[in-house]
Amino acid sequence: MISLRGLRKRFGEQVVLDGVDFDVLEGETVALLGPSGTGKSVLLKHINGLIRPDAGTVIVDDLDVAHLSRHDLTALRTRIGYVFQYGALFDSVDVFENIRLGINDEAKYKDLAYCRARVAECLRLVNLAGDVARKLPAELSGGMRKRVGIARAIAGEPKYLLYDEPTSGLDPVNADIIDELVKQLDNELGVTSVMVTHDVRGAFRVANRLALLSDGLIVLQGTQQEFLESAHPRVREFLERDFDNRPVAA
Amino acid sequence: MTATLAVPRFVGRLVLGSLAHAGRFSLMVREMLRGLAEWRIWLPRTFTEAANIGKGSLFIVVLIAGFAGAVTAFQSGYQWQTALPVYVLGTLIVSTIVLELGPVLIGLVLAGRIGARYAAELGTMRVTEQIDALESLGRSPASHLIIPRVLAGFLIVPILTVLADVIAVLAGWWSVKQVLPVTDADFAYGARLYYRSFDAYYSLIKAFFFGGAITLISCYMGFNTKQGAEGVGRSTTAAVVASSVVILLLNTLLAKILLNK
Repeated sequence: MISLRGLRKRFGEQVVLDGVDFDVLEGETVALLGPSGTGKSVLLKHINGLIRPDAGTVIVDDLDVAHLSRHDLTALRTRIGYVFQYGALFDSVDVFENIRLGINDEAKYKDLAYCRARVAECLRLVNLAGDVARKLPAELSGGMRKRVGIARAIAGEPKYLLYDEPTSGLDPVNADIIDELVKQLDNELGVTSVMVTHDVRGAFRVANRLALLSDGLIVLQGTQQEFLESAHPRVREFLERDFDNRPVAA
Repeated sequence: MTATLAVPRFVGRLVLGSLAHAGRFSLMVREMLRGLAEWRIWLPRTFTEAANIGKGSLFIVVLIAGFAGAVTAFQSGYQWQTALPVYVLGTLIVSTIVLELGPVLIGLVLAGRIGARYAAELGTMRVTEQIDALESLGRSPASHLIIPRVLAGFLIVPILTVLADVIAVLAGWWSVKQVLPVTDADFAYGARLYYRSFDAYYSLIKAFFFGGAITLISCYMGFNTKQGAEGVGRSTTAAVVASSVVILLLNTLLAKILLNK
C-alpha cells in the first residue's frame, strides 16, 4: 500500500505540493489527474524516493521512504517499476540492454540465458516484436520508446508500477493502444499502479479510482462514479473540458 | 539604498553559490567512494571509457604535440645566441616540453575534448531523466556513470601526456635541425646533460592531477545540469572553463610544491 500524508514540496519560491494526502490500495490502479505543471510527476517521484519531501510522509509497504537507508531505498526501488514520460531509455545501449538493466536481481542479471528469455517475455507483454531488442533507442518511434520504457519497468517483476504521462505526445490511436496495454498489464501481472495523466478519457478507461491534483492539493480522490457526480468546481472544470462532445469508453 | 545593498547581495549570493557547489561536489565524491565497492560494475566500464577517450583524443594529441615541439624548436632557433654551445638546444627543448608544454597543453586540450564530452553526456542524461531512470532501477549512477569516467581520466591523460612528450621532443629535434647546425649527437647530449628522471615523473604527476580535475569537474557539472538544452550548454561551457582554470592553478601549485622544495 502507498500512503502520502501532508506532503509538501517547494522549488525556490514555487510551492508545488501543499499538504497532499493520497492513498493507493493493493492491486488497484489509480489515475492521478491534473492540468500540466501542477506537480503530478513531482508527487510520483516522491513514491520511489527520487525526490525528498520538505514535509509530510511517504509510506510504501509500511516503510517511510524519505528516511530509508541507501540500502533499504535501493531494495524498495526494486519493487517499484517507474515508466518515465519520454521513456528515459539509455541511448548508448540497445533495447535488450535497456530492458536487461530493469532486472534488478544481480544473479538473474548475470544469467544471460535468463535475461534473453525475460527480455523476450517483456517485449511480448508490451506487444513488440523480438527483433526490436537489437535496435538502439534512436531507431524507435515515440510509441515504441514508451513501450520499451514499460518493458524495462516490468522486467524486474515489480509489485508497483508508476506511470508518468504514458500517453503524452502520442496520437489518439497510439494513446489508446498504450491505455489498453496498461490495463492488460495490470490484469496479467496483478500489480498496483499509479498513472499520472492529464488525459481524462484514458484515465477513465484504465483506472479503478481517480484523484485530481490542483493548486498543490488533492481536490478529490474517488471512483469514476464519484468523479462524475462531484459538484466541486475544479473537478467539473477538468471533466467538462476533456469530455466535451466526446464519449467515455468505460 | 538599492545600490548600497547590491554589493553585499552579490557577495552573499556568491558565497551561498560556492557553498552549494562545495556541498554538491562533496556529495558526489561521497557517492563515488560508496560506489567503489561495486567494482564489478565500474571496472569493465572504466576500460571501455578509457579506450573511447584514448582513441578519440589520439589524433588531436599527436597533432598538437607535433606542432608544439616544432614551434618550440623554431622559436629557440630565432632567439639563439651563437656564443652558446648548440647542444644546449637539446636541454632547452626537452626540458620545456617535458616539464611544462606537454602536460599543460595536453591538459588544456583534453579539458575541451573530454570535459565537454562528459559534461554534455551526463547533462543530457540528466535532463532526459536517464539518471533518474538508473536510480529508479535501484542502480547507482556513481558506479555506472561517474567512477568509470573519472578513473578513465586518471588513467588516460597521463598516457596521452607521455605520448605527447615523446612526439613533441621528436618534432622539436627534427625541426631544430632544419634551422640551426645541430647534429643528432649534439641534441642527444644536450637532452641528457641536465635531464633528471624526476622530470618525467613530474610530467606524469601533473598529468595525473589534470586528468582527475578534468573528469571530476566535468562529471560534476554534467550530473548537476538543470533546465533542458540550455542547461546542457551551460554545464558544458562551465566544465571546460572550470577545468582549464583548475589546471592552471594546479600547474602553479605543483610547480611550487614539487620543484621548489
